[in-house]
Amino acid sequence: MSVSPTASALQEIADRIVAQARPGEHVEAFVSRDSETDIRVYGGEVEHFVSAQSEGIGIRVIRDGRTGFAYAGTFDPTAIAEVLAEARDNVEFGTPDEWAGLAQPDGVDVIEQELWNDDLAAFATDRKIGLAKELERLTLGIDGRVRVDDSNYADASVESAVATTTGIRRSGRENGCYVSISTLADDGDETQTGFGFSVGRSPDFFDLDKAAREASDRATRLLGATKPASRRLTVVLDPYVTAMFLGVISSTLNGEAVAKGRSLFKDRLGDEVANPLLTLVDDPTNTLAYTATDLDGEGLAARRNVLIEAGVLQQFVHNSYSARRVGGRSTGNAVRGGFKGTPGVGCLALQLQPGTRDQAALVADVTDGVLIQEVQGLHSGVNPISGDFSVGASGLQITNGQVGAPLREFTIASTLQRMLLDVVEVGGDVDWLPMRAAGVSLVIRDITLSGA
Amino acid sequence: MIDQDVLERVLATAVRTGADFAEVYAEDKRSTSVGFDDGKVEQVTSGRDRGAGIRVVKGDTTGFAHTADLSEAGLRAAAEAAAAAASQGGGGTRTIALTRSPERIVSPVEQYPDDVRKADKVAVLLRMDEAARSAGPAIVQVSAGYGDSRKHMLVANTDGVFVTDQQVRTLIRITAIADGDGGMQTGSQSAGHTMGFELIGHVDVEALARDASRMAITKLNARPAPSGALPVVIKQGSGGVLFHEACGHGLEADLVAKGGSVYRGKKGELVASPLVTLVDDGTMSGEWGAIAYDDEGHASQYNVLIENGVLTDYMWDYLRARNEGHAFTGNGRRQSYQHLPMVRMTNTYVLNGTEEPDDIVRATEYGVYVAKLGGGSVNTASGDFVFGMTEAYLIENGEITEPLREGNLIGNGPEVLKDIDLLGNDFAMGNPGTCGKDGQGVPVGDGQPTLRVKSMTIGGTAA
Repeated sequence: MSVSPTASALQEIADRIVAQARPGEHVEAFVSRDSETDIRVYGGEVEHFVSAQSEGIGIRVIRDGRTGFAYAGTFDPTAIAEVLAEARDNVEFGTPDEWAGLAQPDGVDVIEQELWNDDLAAFATDRKIGLAKELERLTLGIDGRVRVDDSNYADASVESAVATTTGIRRSGRENGCYVSISTLADDGDETQTGFGFSVGRSPDFFDLDKAAREASDRATRLLGATKPASRRLTVVLDPYVTAMFLGVISSTLNGEAVAKGRSLFKDRLGDEVANPLLTLVDDPTNTLAYTATDLDGEGLAARRNVLIEAGVLQQFVHNSYSARRVGGRSTGNAVRGGFKGTPGVGCLALQLQPGTRDQAALVADVTDGVLIQEVQGLHSGVNPISGDFSVGASGLQITNGQVGAPLREFTIASTLQRMLLDVVEVGGDVDWLPMRAAGVSLVIRDITLSGA
Repeated sequence: MIDQDVLERVLATAVRTGADFAEVYAEDKRSTSVGFDDGKVEQVTSGRDRGAGIRVVKGDTTGFAHTADLSEAGLRAAAEAAAAAASQGGGGTRTIALTRSPERIVSPVEQYPDDVRKADKVAVLLRMDEAARSAGPAIVQVSAGYGDSRKHMLVANTDGVFVTDQQVRTLIRITAIADGDGGMQTGSQSAGHTMGFELIGHVDVEALARDASRMAITKLNARPAPSGALPVVIKQGSGGVLFHEACGHGLEADLVAKGGSVYRGKKGELVASPLVTLVDDGTMSGEWGAIAYDDEGHASQYNVLIENGVLTDYMWDYLRARNEGHAFTGNGRRQSYQHLPMVRMTNTYVLNGTEEPDDIVRATEYGVYVAKLGGGSVNTASGDFVFGMTEAYLIENGEITEPLREGNLIGNGPEVLKDIDLLGNDFAMGNPGTCGKDGQGVPVGDGQPTLRVKSMTIGGTAA
């Protein structure tokens, strides 16, 4: 956690709001300010350059178990007064809820993370543009069939502060940047797409060559792909796809969903819900994780939680509200999407305990299968309440341990419950992707492929 | 929101360094939302979003900055920032004269959200919860939401365009969960229109809630969906998203220009079954994607995209149309003042055919009947798309039989458009949608009559 002079100014705004709490009233003020740069290059020229700052406050008021909330995208004192009045007014319409309330300081020590980089804050604009141009140039140099749709540089910094009548008072700041590129590859009438990216706390962390190579490979590898025949087989998920899959699994481990009877694992604590090979941890204190953080959305210390150990369901993730409902304590998993909402519950930085072998070794054990490199439709064909899982996919045929021809326009389907049990092996190739879960190759058997 | 003389001075500031074009987009939006879950009104939220985005174009480069400060000083600072972003030098003075466009009402409003008591908004959700739970003991959980917004917007640019408008939208949604021997199932419904609180009289909210419960209960007995390619019949008003994904995005001129669309260079060609006439219509009064003016200040229109299977035109944003001498289509939209406008759809739908919907099912020996589609996504360059079936049934010997579990459908846009072999006469609009593109969401509508696709791949687990 790094406190800047401006972050302490935000803390003062939050403190002033909380100081206005009336007897019997609990108040939480969340104040944030962010700035971003977004540069898009096309054909060696800047297509757009966005430079933006925004700020806002969100105020939550709780009285007699009723909750009201209001926000505004400004620090204007008149507007802040209006927001507090609106939040108070909104309390009148809430249903009394015995578990409603704010987080309480819980004595868990904050594990400080390096979330701010001064080099990025001082990085010159023309060098930012130069990085996007360089990425475009590198990508175009790899394969003559590849065109670039756009090449981007973006950075953002966020400062925020939270204060509550229960004694929470925290502020901090964070910045980061990335480059990304979208590609197209043509072969006759056929066009396929790809992308590549690199992220870091500062541009020093970028690997432009790798981003360019991936963007070129992703677009060209599907040229000439065919639609496979429907059958049951084994799939090897690329680390990127596994990370997306873990994102879906995380919603079944959400304590709020459990408390409201909406998780398919709601009555399964202590049960073997996954293959004993699987250990799943949510650990935002791991500095390698892209989403590493020191605080959760309610201002409690972020912490390491083991969710599934050797296949056995150990615990769910909670914020203070869902924890109170199940008679437990917050696991430091409040998630706040900015000043416009109140904190929900979510995993912060998931990781599967890695195995030891690389992807090639995993593939070598598969007789008939597909290496899944991309999936589409996770938001439409997966229901984390019923467990139905069906996604569009593309990838490479695996025959007798060798990867072969590209495949596309098929679906893979199973249920979340079965997939966790049907895991055959976890790879050792951990990739700290810019997502809420780390990637690793994952082998799952008995998946239904639907194609021609 | 901002005086005309201030706008003129700010625009002049924005082009002082020699830019070709500058634009101010300002909005002041108030919104209310109510979250209802687990038998409780969890929270009423009030929101205020107010600010301006300034766009400056010089050559092929666009500079953009936004501010929450609508004073002349705040706007000028944003104009300077956008101009600096667009340009490295040059100079000159231009005088800007704005001509205010007439007021245009596409969706009249009867009851503005700010004139309705919060208690009345909350009461709608209590009614919906009760109706959903009354559907039977299998319903174990219900969540519902209400949201309204009133947005005043203003667009002014150096071409003299000056438009003010207000947009009022109201939406309700509900999700019911049923529990049975085979686990839990969900059913969802929503209704949203470009109108005020009169939505609540316009829509039968109890029927909507009961329908969500019916869907969840029906699926308790669902069998796994088949896998492989089968004929698919899509019920009226439930499959417009197919056209949104299968070809709508590919007809956006910005994607076409960069060669990122399978429909590039296909104008005048047969791209769909001759049964298909596809329209994008921002003027469809009251519909979720309806707008009087787009977010670049141009009147919305009824635009025919595909006529009897032949591609007639793409959708355009203002600058691209202006640079290429094309007529404006009113499709330049943005999520908020913090975003750059892009080519976006409004209400996208397929016009009626001639078949009776029952005859379409009867003509299908074995296939899948989709009564409700969920979300979808498309790769516009390859045309490959997916979308989820949230309510579907098997068709056996020309009759709708057993319910199916959820799964994705997958297809290729250009192929599926040509594979539409039966088109009904029962056109209906579907549920309100949010279309995402390049990280921005905008409200859109879609619709179609009952239709059949000869063959699509069903992503189920059954043989």
